[in-house]
Amino acid sequence: MTHTTAAEHHHTTPVWEGIKTVKFAIWLFLASEIMFFAGLIVAYISIRYSDPNWLLASELLSVPLVALNTFILIFSSVTMVLAFDSAEQGDLQKSRYLLLATAILGIVFLSIQGFEWSDLMHEGIQASTNLFGSTFYTLTGFHGAHVAIGVIWVLSVTAKAFRGGYAEDHLGIELAGLYWHFVDLVWIILFTIIYLI
Amino acid sequence: MSTATPTAATHKDYRYAPVSFWRRYVFSTDHKIIGVQFLFSSLLFFIVGGLIALLMRTQLAWPWQEIPVLGQYIYGSTGNILSPEGYPALVTMHGTIMIFFFIIPVLSGAFGNFLIPLMVGAQDMAFPRLNMLSYWFMVPAFLVMIFGFFVEGGTAAAGWTSYVPLSALPDMVPGSGMGQTMWIISLLLVGTASTMGAINYITTIVMLRAKGMHMFRLPMTIWALFITAILVLLATPVLTSALLLLLFDRTIGTTFFLPEGGGNPLMWQHLFWFYSHPAVYIMILPAMGMASDIISCFARKPLFGYKPMVFSIMAIAGLGFIVWGHHMFQSGMNPVLGITFMTSTMMIALPSAIKTFNWLGTLWQGQIHLTAPMLNALAFVSTFVIGGLSGVFAAATPVDIFLHDTYWIVGHIHYVLFGGSLFGVFGAIQYWFPKMFGRMMNETWGKVHFILTFVSFNLVFFPMFILGAYGMPRRIADPYNYTFLSNLQGTNQFMTISAYVLALSQVILFVNFFVSLYRGRKAADNPWQANTLEWTTTSPPPLENFHALPVVYRGPYEYSSPEVEEDWLPQNRELVPAPAD
Repeated sequence: MTHTTAAEHHHTTPVWEGIKTVKFAIWLFLASEIMFFAGLIVAYISIRYSDPNWLLASELLSVPLVALNTFILIFSSVTMVLAFDSAEQGDLQKSRYLLLATAILGIVFLSIQGFEWSDLMHEGIQASTNLFGSTFYTLTGFHGAHVAIGVIWVLSVTAKAFRGGYAEDHLGIELAGLYWHFVDLVWIILFTIIYLI
Repeated sequence: MSTATPTAATHKDYRYAPVSFWRRYVFSTDHKIIGVQFLFSSLLFFIVGGLIALLMRTQLAWPWQEIPVLGQYIYGSTGNILSPEGYPALVTMHGTIMIFFFIIPVLSGAFGNFLIPLMVGAQDMAFPRLNMLSYWFMVPAFLVMIFGFFVEGGTAAAGWTSYVPLSALPDMVPGSGMGQTMWIISLLLVGTASTMGAINYITTIVMLRAKGMHMFRLPMTIWALFITAILVLLATPVLTSALLLLLFDRTIGTTFFLPEGGGNPLMWQHLFWFYSHPAVYIMILPAMGMASDIISCFARKPLFGYKPMVFSIMAIAGLGFIVWGHHMFQSGMNPVLGITFMTSTMMIALPSAIKTFNWLGTLWQGQIHLTAPMLNALAFVSTFVIGGLSGVFAAATPVDIFLHDTYWIVGHIHYVLFGGSLFGVFGAIQYWFPKMFGRMMNETWGKVHFILTFVSFNLVFFPMFILGAYGMPRRIADPYNYTFLSNLQGTNQFMTISAYVLALSQVILFVNFFVSLYRGRKAADNPWQANTLEWTTTSPPPLENFHALPVVYRGPYEYSSPEVEEDWLPQNRELVPAPAD
């Protein structure tokens, strides 16, 4: 079978020394993700500013709670960085627990967001109620789906780490980390434009 | 696909234990097989899209007539006659199939897959399994789109642009129901497949080039496919987000694009064209690249102005992201924006003109061999000039007030897409057929196909400019309802008869293709005496392309070099003493 061979054969003579093929591809993937969220965000901004009576999120939702949630997600990025750094330092045990902490923080974030969704639905705002509902559920929903995928990814990396993986090559942790930081960064933008301004 | 590479299975240099038929030809991770899979499926959709075009042309020539013999199979439920709501469905499916299932997959999917690893000197794509996955996202897309024909209300009828409200309100017209939902799902799958392909192509070109293959030694085909992949990577996700919003409007009751709930229908147009204008370049740039390689090879001269050609592709792609509003001059968009979009659009004429002059400069005083691939490449250049220049007219806002949504626009897009991209594809098929299948296509029939196609193409599409100038709108089933258009029926009948000739001419290509697959003359490794790396391996290439990984010493266009006796100098041939770079 050819699938593992092509890249490996070339590893002996990489054109760009030091950048792994998979890492390069993840960056490209993230570029396409940026454009995906850009489409959604532009739609949101355009809809919001053409409606003079736009409902502010702060009137419906608890901004302090979401701020806490934002802090949790940013903190999970810190644990992710530390996990990669520990693996690089050779402290695999520390790295494993930091990866686990990252995944748990991601789950906490999703739980708080789920609570927020159900709260909003109890207030009678569905996706079909008004454009605030449409845009709110769409933007936070797609972001939440990305966090969920990230949690699954980080958990699988964690499981591999606990089984003794990444002793030599930490690329797997780094790739999951790139995606995780990207999802975190998207949230900081969404938090700003949905809740703060 | 068992016919795809008849000799590969018996090739002596097969480095791996034979795998099952399914793994080799159906769920293959070999970029050459995947390329051929894309080629066959997109050619199938070329036939489907072409037949739909003939139905439209028939209606425009003899509106509301019973279709003899075939009518009962096509329009059986409506008395063998096209129904009024059937015509927009034909328009929609012709555009959708030709763009998303033929031109884009045949250029990036078929030739991108087949050529990129071979021309950069790699053994396969960077991610062969992702490559396979990309094709297997196309297959359900094909099926869902075809399935749309058989759901209640029939297939989507809102045009390939699917403007709201037609596409957003399920009970607007018959095709706005389930058919439109199928259309959206199908396009989401196509978009995912394209994005996977783009990531793979860019990574392969950047990371897996052979030793000595600097970026500025890449053949123009690869440069074009590279820039195209960047366009796909950055533009397609925006279409995906727009399609998802449209899907939500249709299914869960959001109102992103519906004014009744405060949404904005123009936003769909903005998001759609933000993808679909770059998509126009996704549909033409690879053809430009392949035509450049073919022209240089058969003029036996270096490509004139290699670096300006590369920078022109970059400029076209970059400007392509800031011109989408020129599709919307009449939409009610802020007219001030119109001026900006007009200016940026007209600037695209500059890099396009640089490319055209460089093709002519390549031909100048060359030893031109008028082979079938060369004739098609020359047709590409000449019809692209007409298509491009007509685009400059439509880009000018004052002129576009008159031309918008008329047959002028239809003529323009077909001169670019049929005249440009499709002649490029015809040339590329005949040029790389020996490398794909190890046999030559028949040259004489190739020329017959070319002459008939070129003449009938112009007879079908040039009158469209005249009809458009008369004010005949596009997308209407019966223009003769309007008195001022009733005298255009004769011209339309002439175009329709030419369209039949054009369609029949394609039979020659298909027969030539399939007969050559089995009976064609055995191809040498380098039948065109070309320089690029794919010609340095066997025809067809072995499983991992090269018997030994090539080392590159020079650019791809060293034809008629004074350094050697022959008039070609392959990229991987080492001259002793080694020449200066």
